[in-house]
Amino acid sequence: MSEEQDDIILSELSDDELVLQMYDDLYDGMREEIEESVHILLNRGWVPYDVLTKALVEGMRIVGIDFRDGILFVPEVLLAANSMKGGMAILKPLLAETGAPRLGNMVIGTVKGDIHDIGKNLVTMMMEGAGFEVKDLGINNPVENYLDELEAGEYDILGMSALLTTTMPYMKVVIDTMVEKGMRDDYVVLVGGAPLNEEFGKAIGADAYCRDAAVAVETAKEYMAKKHNQMSA
Amino acid sequence: MALTVDDTTLTEKGLDAPELKLGRVLLLACGALAHEILALKRLNNWGHMDLQCLPAKYHLYPDKIPAAVEQAVHKHRDDYETIFVVYADCGTGGLLQAKCAELGVEMVAGPHCYSFFEGNDVFAKTSEDEITAFYLTDFLVKQFDAFIMKPMGLDRHPELRDMYFGNYTKVVYQAQVNDPTLDAKAQACADKLGLPLERRFTGYGDLETALADI
Repeated sequence: MSEEQDDIILSELSDDELVLQMYDDLYDGMREEIEESVHILLNRGWVPYDVLTKALVEGMRIVGIDFRDGILFVPEVLLAANSMKGGMAILKPLLAETGAPRLGNMVIGTVKGDIHDIGKNLVTMMMEGAGFEVKDLGINNPVENYLDELEAGEYDILGMSALLTTTMPYMKVVIDTMVEKGMRDDYVVLVGGAPLNEEFGKAIGADAYCRDAAVAVETAKEYMAKKHNQMSA
Repeated sequence: MALTVDDTTLTEKGLDAPELKLGRVLLLACGALAHEILALKRLNNWGHMDLQCLPAKYHLYPDKIPAAVEQAVHKHRDDYETIFVVYADCGTGGLLQAKCAELGVEMVAGPHCYSFFEGNDVFAKTSEDEITAFYLTDFLVKQFDAFIMKPMGLDRHPELRDMYFGNYTKVVYQAQVNDPTLDAKAQACADKLGLPLERRFTGYGDLETALADI
């Protein structure tokens, strides 16, 4: 973002300045700088959860907005995500040690016949950043993979991803099987991927279509809040 | 008559229908198919067919294809007895098929050009076992930078390669013609993606039969 990048000594910035600089560095996909800044904030006594939410997640939220608005494109988002991944790798073990709020549990995977995982990986990272525990099943998942995992753990959300028009109908196979087994209403089903749209999401019986990772996080939060309210009512 | 338009123009601008309408059929095609269609016209003496191509780059934004096809059909409807859309589904998720039905025009069957070049029936059988294959056609080999390297940012950020292609295991080059220069380019494309190359000669596959049936 700035040609003066080389002149900035991260450790000399105040906390506020450093967080703003991290937004810039995420935006510019500067992984090493992000990793250095995460270490600096931790050394200054920041709790890992604050580093994650106030610096990394907020920075990626800005990236997400500019992606949605057509200012940034996929390559730039990938570089930003790669930078965030660097920061997350430092924070993840610390978050487990220090305890961080858990909003819910999710299973996610790309559907059978499809090996595309960029969007899924972004969603996974942003969901983890937002406080969800995510089990990533990877790519090319038949219906059994989703159902076996859902039955094996205590999950709230199922996320499915597809990039191809030829593979996206498989999401309906998974949802229909959940209905057959009487387990559909036990989970929030979120779907996403470039060729999908809201109409498709409704037609296959998903709870929501999420057009990007930020929307997935917000949608998941809304459903978890609803669930929480229902339980406490 | 040999095509004088270059591949970059076919990618960016497409090809206008001839001012002098000699044919009674207009082939409304993707720019990526221009060379193949013109070759088939020559081989089969299909003088009753004229060709217009939409920019091949619409494949980067498939949602643009149905609207662009509709506009072109309306523009030329009165000039031709028949308009035939030379696109497969091409990532439109059935929207192009629906649009063609609405407009009362026919289109090529199949999900993608790499399906109908191989033959839709054959491709349907083999592709299930080949989900980790990345397909290239003659046109995509020639326009590899415009369709892959630049839009994916790999020209500027080669470190992203494995994020995009880490799950692929091979590049399948479907050759429409035998051309050692293209073979060498295909190999270079595969090298750029860090994947082994498999070359298959397909010829024009179902494209030829689809056009012959008009």
